[in-house]
Amino acid sequence: MYGVDALKEMANTIRYDAMKAIYTVGSGHPGGSLSAADILAVLYFHTLRIDPQRPKWEDRDRFLLSKGHAAPALFAALAHRGFFPLHHLLHLRLHDGMLQGTPNPKIPGADSVSGSLGQNLSMAVGTALAGQLDGKDYKTYVLLGDGELAEGQNWEAAMLASARKLGNLIGIVDYNQVQMCGTVEEILPLGDLAAKFKAFGWQVYEVDGHDIQKLVELFDALPNQPEGVPKMIIAHTVKGKGVSFMEGQAAWHGGAPNQQQWEQIQKELGGGSL
Amino acid sequence: MIANRIAYGETLTQLALENPNLLILDADACKSTGILCCREQVPKQFIQCGIAEQNMMGVAAGLALNGKIPFVTTFAVFTCMRAVEQVRNAVCYGNLNVKVVGTHAGLETGGDGGTHQAIEDIAIMRALPNMIVQVPADPNATRKMTREAAAHTGPAYLRLGKDPAPELYSSEEEFPIGGSKVLREGQDVSLVACGNMVWRALEAAKLLEQEGIQARVIDLYSIKPIDQETLRKAAQETKGIVTVEDHNIYGGLGGAVAEALGQVCPARLIRLGLKDVFGRSGNPEPLYEMYHLTPADIAAAAKELLSSKS
Repeated sequence: MYGVDALKEMANTIRYDAMKAIYTVGSGHPGGSLSAADILAVLYFHTLRIDPQRPKWEDRDRFLLSKGHAAPALFAALAHRGFFPLHHLLHLRLHDGMLQGTPNPKIPGADSVSGSLGQNLSMAVGTALAGQLDGKDYKTYVLLGDGELAEGQNWEAAMLASARKLGNLIGIVDYNQVQMCGTVEEILPLGDLAAKFKAFGWQVYEVDGHDIQKLVELFDALPNQPEGVPKMIIAHTVKGKGVSFMEGQAAWHGGAPNQQQWEQIQKELGGGSL
Repeated sequence: MIANRIAYGETLTQLALENPNLLILDADACKSTGILCCREQVPKQFIQCGIAEQNMMGVAAGLALNGKIPFVTTFAVFTCMRAVEQVRNAVCYGNLNVKVVGTHAGLETGGDGGTHQAIEDIAIMRALPNMIVQVPADPNATRKMTREAAAHTGPAYLRLGKDPAPELYSSEEEFPIGGSKVLREGQDVSLVACGNMVWRALEAAKLLEQEGIQARVIDLYSIKPIDQETLRKAAQETKGIVTVEDHNIYGGLGGAVAEALGQVCPARLIRLGLKDVFGRSGNPEPLYEMYHLTPADIAAAAKELLSSKS
């Protein structure tokens, strides 16, 4: 439905609106929202088989955001896709808002509950397994952070996914190399991540997570296999992508920009819809 | 006489045959937990997750998000503690239709020792919003309460032990969530128990009767929600309450009763259970003697309550 240029524009809009939400309410997680924005734009405006009028449609593709703190970007994507009005973003994380700090199933379009890291690969396995058992042809996508891969539950889930031949399961690692208190290398190195998932029985792909064209091509090329090998896409990204002073900075994992910084962000991102 | 976990497995098999959306999740414990029959009789609805309880709970959440009714079964120490953060943040926070079943609760787990004897599970599960906590005392209660859990929409915890359980109820007896059973009337003292302590409380009541003391015995099988009205009556109509549980005295049945009565009708209360200590290896009966949870111990506590000044 969207061409590559329109997807690029949407990714930028998602970035801008997520930052506007964080700036407005005074808290949130900019870095991981910005690194995931291009992936979310491609999924929600090109790849996913979804219908905003029927958020619980049984045959929809599922998307689970395991790195739940990137919710501002997910919520911006959901709002623009038509699941709920945009203005909710300006009450993100607030007591009077519909949008909690992290996703949960009460939010239209959200397919999981996350926020506690390391849990959604398991939920995605359950989701994909339900589809397999029911003979459905939907795909289940789950976006993982790199830092949260330190949680052992991911690797329990990775084993079960290949044991159950969940070819309808597609993981994406937002491999931005930076977590809350430092780089992944400093905190707990992941080593050869592709080799790890391969050893767990997954088909592994690597892609530039900011190259819209390549993301489109990769998602288009993934076969739909109710029974097959689970797929893991390692998307190489930049934490804070698109905002110069946030890029690669652990300091911008969490926190809100001040007014001066917000003015700078507006200049760099060029204006969204909020 | 069969163990409650065996009655549970048989009922779960029946439920699975009746409802294709009911799934049985195992973490390589089915030979112990009573659900081996599910693996044999409903293999397509039996999901082997391996020894990975945290993932198993997350998978259950994912299944529940997509219309399935997963029963997650393993030892209570693992469902309620190894995977408690998943029970909280994946299952309860999302109010998902996942049934958590913990077997081998309490001292009757026996020789495996303190590592395997869950004595905190009621307290932990009870503290989670949206979770209900049910503890059957015999096989017929287990059958009905398994069906109640399946019919309930939302998270439920079912606590099961290990040993064969004496039959207390007919197969016609119903066990609605939030209820309790007065198994014996009495006006002197009330014995409130759950699970494998119910028959011991009944035995204690017989001992007390020999000394002219009439004990009321209540099977408080629904710890949450709790039957406040039956407890209020017990507090008003008898001189005090002894709670008995195969669980730490903090936060479990005794704690729940104290909370309920503190609000509506404060009563004199003695809480029997493990006194903030872990269990240990041993055959169950000597262990119950060591930890003072025999019918004689219960009777002694009732007499102590009646003889002490208010």
